[in-house]
Amino acid sequence: MELSDHLFRREAGRMVATLTRAFGIHNLALAEDVVQDAFCRALEVWKLRGVPENPSAWLMKTARNRAVDVLRRERTALTFAPDLGRLLQTEWTLANAVADIFDPIGIKDDQLRMMFSCCHPRLSAPAQVMLVLQLVGGFGAREVAGAFVSSPTAVEKRLSRSKKMLAESGVLFDIADAADFALRLPVVQRALYLIFSEGYHGASPHAVIRTDLCRESIRLTRLLAEHPLGAVPSTLALGALMYLDAARLPARLDAWGDLSSLFDQDRSRWDRAMIDEGRAWLERSATGSELSRYHVEAAIAAAHAAATRFEETDWTSIVSLYDTLMQIAPSPVVALNRAIAVAQLRGPQKGLEAIDAVSDRDRLAAYPFYYAARGELELRRRNNAIALEHFATALALARNPVEQRFLKKRIDACAGAI
Amino acid sequence: MGEFIYLYRGGQRSPSPEQSQQIMQKWLAWMKDLTASGNLKDPGQPLELEGKVVKGKAGTVTDGPFAEAKDLVGGFSVVVADDLAHAAKLAGGCPILDVDGSVEVRPVMQMDM
Repeated sequence: MELSDHLFRREAGRMVATLTRAFGIHNLALAEDVVQDAFCRALEVWKLRGVPENPSAWLMKTARNRAVDVLRRERTALTFAPDLGRLLQTEWTLANAVADIFDPIGIKDDQLRMMFSCCHPRLSAPAQVMLVLQLVGGFGAREVAGAFVSSPTAVEKRLSRSKKMLAESGVLFDIADAADFALRLPVVQRALYLIFSEGYHGASPHAVIRTDLCRESIRLTRLLAEHPLGAVPSTLALGALMYLDAARLPARLDAWGDLSSLFDQDRSRWDRAMIDEGRAWLERSATGSELSRYHVEAAIAAAHAAATRFEETDWTSIVSLYDTLMQIAPSPVVALNRAIAVAQLRGPQKGLEAIDAVSDRDRLAAYPFYYAARGELELRRRNNAIALEHFATALALARNPVEQRFLKKRIDACAGAI
Repeated sequence: MGEFIYLYRGGQRSPSPEQSQQIMQKWLAWMKDLTASGNLKDPGQPLELEGKVVKGKAGTVTDGPFAEAKDLVGGFSVVVADDLAHAAKLAGGCPILDVDGSVEVRPVMQMDM
């Protein structure tokens, strides 16, 4: 039996969610221990005896046996999930209760419950994102740190603080309560959006980690969309946006592993199947009266995807979509992207004016692509010396070698033209 | 040609799920190579880290072995190799070495000399 990709990571999320359901959120650490234990056993046995026919079932069964041991042993010392407590207290009902908890049909709900619990309003957005990645996505502290360009120790600390808070909150989120669900949903959507953005635009130099983040956010968004309360238009739009953007990932790095901008990407490398999937989600999202930022961003991605050549891009629509986005979810980065679209439509001069008009421009001071955008437009106006200065500033702010190589090439372009 | 036992010791730590995946993949590849080259006679068995020790004429049973986890044998395999040096060389590719573990290589005594 071959080992399927990311098997352990995927199972970690499922198992922690299910065990937390049995033990209660206050015993989160215990649930994580049981999962770790099951993985250690899997490693020891599989490495000599080979991967079993159904590795997921093997892992779940091992965790389940271990859970029963723990529940028996700790019955008097610990209290478990409040709604299951009585069933787990006596030998008469314990085995059946555990069997119900580990029912594969319930596992998706368990993961959703965990995802909603991780998005606790008392946690900051970055803390929520890290928790979702670790507890639902099965990412280790090292991988989370890799994604956020932070040290594993710092991430470990932050995660353990957040988990303590979660454990002390006492109850898992109740996904059956429609009113609570609707209230928490935007927070969950934002967390998924942030995971995706970190993968797509983030600073991690590791292409593998970034692709993983994009994949994971798509998986979790699908999970959310499979739940009747989660399948609202904004969730479908969020999924559409992810598919449509992720479709361009293969072309973002060129044949030499260098960053390639939308202007000169090899569009034949875009993933057509992903684009089709994204379009289907976008179509499904077009119901009801709510126009979320995800709808608009997905529509922008769809407009890019529709152009098989860069010259065919419908910049009129894109600028007007950015105008709408500025009304729903204004931010300096959105304003900057709008200015770039304006430059495509009405020339570099108008683009630069639009950049100058960005309010809160100082918030872009550490963002390399702010200076890169200015540089690009100055270069088009043949102000090569000024362009070069901007690219040099951008280069100093570049967050990884890929960005550095990209910006050095732009500097060469300026120098070559002087 | 002779038979050798590999005793795998230590290598226990708490890898993240993704690291577990990588460790597992290396073991699968290593075992596959040993099988393909005809050197793996029996992949052997993993061993629980708990157990009992029975000792003395009275057969006293105690819990154990209480060695440090890093010194405990976690499993064994049976390989065939030209000689001890060859068996040791083959063990050099074992993924347990990546995680601070060790492989003890012991020749099996032959019946017909």
